[in-house]
Amino acid sequence: MIFEWFVSVLLLIGGAFILIGSIGLNKMPDFFMRLHGPTKATTLGMAAVLIAAMVYFSFTQNGISVKEILISVFLLITAPISGYMLIKAAIHHKLEAKKGTKGLDNIEDD
Amino acid sequence: MRLKAKLSWLPTPFRSLLLFVVWLLLNNSISVGHLILATILAILIPLLTFRFREPQPLILKPGLALRHFLLVLYDIVTANVQVAILILGSSKKLRPAFVKVPLDLSHEMPITILASTVSLTPGTVSAEIYPIPESITEDDKEPQKYLLIHVLDLEDEEALIKMIKQRYEAPLKEIFQC
Repeated sequence: MIFEWFVSVLLLIGGAFILIGSIGLNKMPDFFMRLHGPTKATTLGMAAVLIAAMVYFSFTQNGISVKEILISVFLLITAPISGYMLIKAAIHHKLEAKKGTKGLDNIEDD
Repeated sequence: MRLKAKLSWLPTPFRSLLLFVVWLLLNNSISVGHLILATILAILIPLLTFRFREPQPLILKPGLALRHFLLVLYDIVTANVQVAILILGSSKKLRPAFVKVPLDLSHEMPITILASTVSLTPGTVSAEIYPIPESITEDDKEPQKYLLIHVLDLEDEEALIKMIKQRYEAPLKEIFQC
């Protein structure tokens, strides 16, 4: 079935992006760089998985399933906000950035 | 920038539309009953709650807003591929940096949208908005605002600031007319 191929490809792409986001979380040298993986790669990975779910349930059950769009939109809205709260807390705690980070003097004291 | 809607019974037209669509999506149906219920909720909830909120600028150019939304979606996909390449490459070669972007926007809602798009697009995470509200003295009413962002791999600071201002800030200014 063609839709099964489509769903499988989407799941693989989604899984790959989530994996890359997690690798970034583990591999990066400092906190600020670690944040980049989860805020971006994981969001797109989740979107791909949700589209796969939408296609799968639309084909296997009666009627189309569109709830997944809602989940994707809420994820898109909330991911940057949680990232923002984390980095704000990190700046407040004066976490050390990797050596050679430029523009550290742009951070103002509060 | 316009804060008040034309129709007093529909203070926030796009929030009403969003509520309407969300209700139908949650129920996964477009039967007559749900359409009526969604309409009632979409009109009643904003009327009951808009007094609790600070008035935010309305979207005055919906067509442009939709175009900007699609552009941001496209950028999110390309940004993800770029960041994936950066993550899988050698992390010693990365040049992380903090960059201060001067903002032309003044209202909270457009700034929030800008900060979120910056977080979701190429190699940048927004970190802070200066000046911090608590530190503003009463003498300077309208201080220049800055968005502090963390960049994963900085090539050219000027070019990055220019890109953010042109690609993401200018459309927002036009959408909200502020």
